[in-house]
Amino acid sequence: MKRDSKMTRKQRRLTMIAAAGTVLAVAVGLILFALNDQIVFFQSPSDIVAKTIPDGQRIRLGGLVAEDSVTRGENAEVRFTVTDTVESVNVVYVGLLPDLFREGQGVVTEGVMKPDGLFYADNVLAKHDENYMPKEVADALKGKGVWQGKE
Amino acid sequence: MIIELGHFALILAFVLALVQCVVPVWGAVSGDRRLMAVAPPVAGMQFLLVGIAFAALSHAYVTSDFSVLNVVENSHSAKPDLYKITGVWGNHEGSLLLWVLILALFGALVAAFGRNIPADLRAATLGVQGWVTAAFLLFMLATSNPFLRVSPAPMEGNDLNPILQDVGLAIHPPLLYIGYVGFSIVFSFAIAALLLGRVDAAWARWVRPWTLLAWMFLTLGIAMGSYWAYYELGWGGYWFWDPVENASFMPWLAGTALLHSAIVMEKRGALKVWTVLLAILTFSLSLLGTFLVRSGVLTSVHAFATDPLRGTFILGILVAFIGGSLALYAWRAPLLKQGGLFAPVSREGALVLNNLLLTVAAVSVLVGTLYPLALEALTDEKISVGPPFFNLTFGPLMVPLLIAMPFGPLLAWKRGDLAAVSQRLYAVLGLALAATLVTAWAQGTEKILAALGVGLAAWVICGAVAEILSRARFRDVGLSTGLSRLYGLPGSAWGTALGHAGIGITLLGIVAVSAFEEEKVLTIRPGESVEIGDYRLAFGGLARRTGPNYIDDVGHFDIYRGGAKVAEADPAKRLYTARRMPTTEAGIVTFGLSQIYVSIGEVHADGGADIRLYHKPLVTLIWLGCLVMGGGAVVSLFDRRLRVGAPKPARRQLAAAE
Repeated sequence: MKRDSKMTRKQRRLTMIAAAGTVLAVAVGLILFALNDQIVFFQSPSDIVAKTIPDGQRIRLGGLVAEDSVTRGENAEVRFTVTDTVESVNVVYVGLLPDLFREGQGVVTEGVMKPDGLFYADNVLAKHDENYMPKEVADALKGKGVWQGKE
Repeated sequence: MIIELGHFALILAFVLALVQCVVPVWGAVSGDRRLMAVAPPVAGMQFLLVGIAFAALSHAYVTSDFSVLNVVENSHSAKPDLYKITGVWGNHEGSLLLWVLILALFGALVAAFGRNIPADLRAATLGVQGWVTAAFLLFMLATSNPFLRVSPAPMEGNDLNPILQDVGLAIHPPLLYIGYVGFSIVFSFAIAALLLGRVDAAWARWVRPWTLLAWMFLTLGIAMGSYWAYYELGWGGYWFWDPVENASFMPWLAGTALLHSAIVMEKRGALKVWTVLLAILTFSLSLLGTFLVRSGVLTSVHAFATDPLRGTFILGILVAFIGGSLALYAWRAPLLKQGGLFAPVSREGALVLNNLLLTVAAVSVLVGTLYPLALEALTDEKISVGPPFFNLTFGPLMVPLLIAMPFGPLLAWKRGDLAAVSQRLYAVLGLALAATLVTAWAQGTEKILAALGVGLAAWVICGAVAEILSRARFRDVGLSTGLSRLYGLPGSAWGTALGHAGIGITLLGIVAVSAFEEEKVLTIRPGESVEIGDYRLAFGGLARRTGPNYIDDVGHFDIYRGGAKVAEADPAKRLYTARRMPTTEAGIVTFGLSQIYVSIGEVHADGGADIRLYHKPLVTLIWLGCLVMGGGAVVSLFDRRLRVGAPKPARRQLAAAE
């Protein structure tokens, strides 16, 4: 590479800086794009009832699994209700529930609201600890408590 | 009594750490050899004392001493013996003790084997290691003492979290911690070099084996954790981009970059300032990970039960060490002389590209991990950043890195010839294209991305093989001389090739599973069967089985291929009686490199069960690739050239230390 041998120290340094700048710019672009597009907001049932969430937007729905709300259908379909004690949303999920999924316990589900008013979850999370209350759920319920207190 | 002995040993270790903080560093800076000579015996003694504390806690676990609070909370007399031992680090206090034990171990190793390191550098390094050890010992004694007694002692303990009652707990945390905490010694080397104002090629040669050692254990630890999550959690996933997984992955990325920049520094004397910064950043990311896991700021499968004081304390340690070391860096780094000019197209240039992409990738992971925390603190909005974010940011950054990978080792130092190197890679390119075309032909053109992924993996693997072959120069010297040249190649050459090939193998596994995996979720009744891949699984029904501290509902599957029975799988729903906690035990059968994965969910009254069934082609390559990488590190560690001036048994010194 004859061209290189003629490069001055300054040119070499500029080449390096240009390369680093390009990689950084691409990375920043990717990160900003992904943060805009690929993050999932956490909503409580009250949020869902209050706001209109565009069809097909992925959200995380968290709250308590309502007592006596779990019904099981064919081929591992499960329906249950997620509540924050004020509002509630009916959830449909096909798959295996986590080991610690129980009525009356905290749960976080991820999926989309459909026009039929049901939340179609493709992911259900409950943590690996029997005393666990997902942090978002605990905060959301605390928020509800404060709100009720003011009434 | 033994417990008090352990507690006392821990306090004594803290006092010794304070001595180690001050005396050797003072000696190194003022040039007093007697003060410097304090460091090795103190570091050795400290390891011994923390070892005694660890042994005392282990003894309490093995004998089920329920007068110790930590044992009550995490053990049970009916727990199998293996889990009584591994339970020692299956909780916050005990795992922190393991953390500190490894911190002290690395200090002791440098004291014992670092004979060829100049006395002042070694003394200052051990001194800085003493700072870290002292901070964490104080943290333990103040907020997380595992030796607290409880009175009256209960008759029985609460048992260990069932998810942790697995052989994985025996392997994953120790490996991971040796890696994670092992970077502390590299950090100490960097700070010591800044204190002494002297960083040269020799420094890189002393530091590289320690980096390699830590990196090897971190690689294996992450791989083991991944496989453990895969078979234990019953979801069939091997990587979740969970914040705590990211916490171990970021030091890995930075450590990998460090491993490469240290080569440039050792061979060419360039990139000094950058290498020192990377050494600081790598351990800073380890500290950040520790903070994330133990402060309770995250929702994660790994988070320990915590109180706020602990989080604040660790945040203090984090701020002091990262802030302090970066301030020192800003002050002292301008003193370091730059050296070794090189053209952009050269081995150095390739390694700079590697560093650039790896650190930027680490930053993207960092942003994805911390963004939800920042957003919640600022706007109260709760979000989760999941796999789609990381696939979109981390993935594209890895592609150029992998494409460039086979070029790097073939380029000459200082000024390389890209055209000549490309010529040598024609055969590799041909193989990669062939792999792409065969995959596209076999799997259909709609999976073109997967075919390209397979091609990229083939490019990386064949590139690593080509590098080794080109070093043997078969074409010039003939078969027999070539073979003997191959045998005589330095360990570091084999290490590079194995490390790079390992990445390709892991990539192949990831691509195959992401693109060609089959999944079925269904309810199955006894006598029914289900087909997946080339296999047919016949369900024989459920049976109850009793274990030492649990009850299993075991489902039995006979697996057929082409009409003949080839294997059986026995997935189970398990109930741990002490905590009344259910777990899922997946049934996994390996065929060649692929696996069939079955897990059971709800059990119906009529004897049927909900099951999730996967066929995972080439999935084992994901972890085998990591083993190959680890093997590369081992071979590299045995390189003669690294041993010159680096770890070397020093019997006399050890005797003096005792």
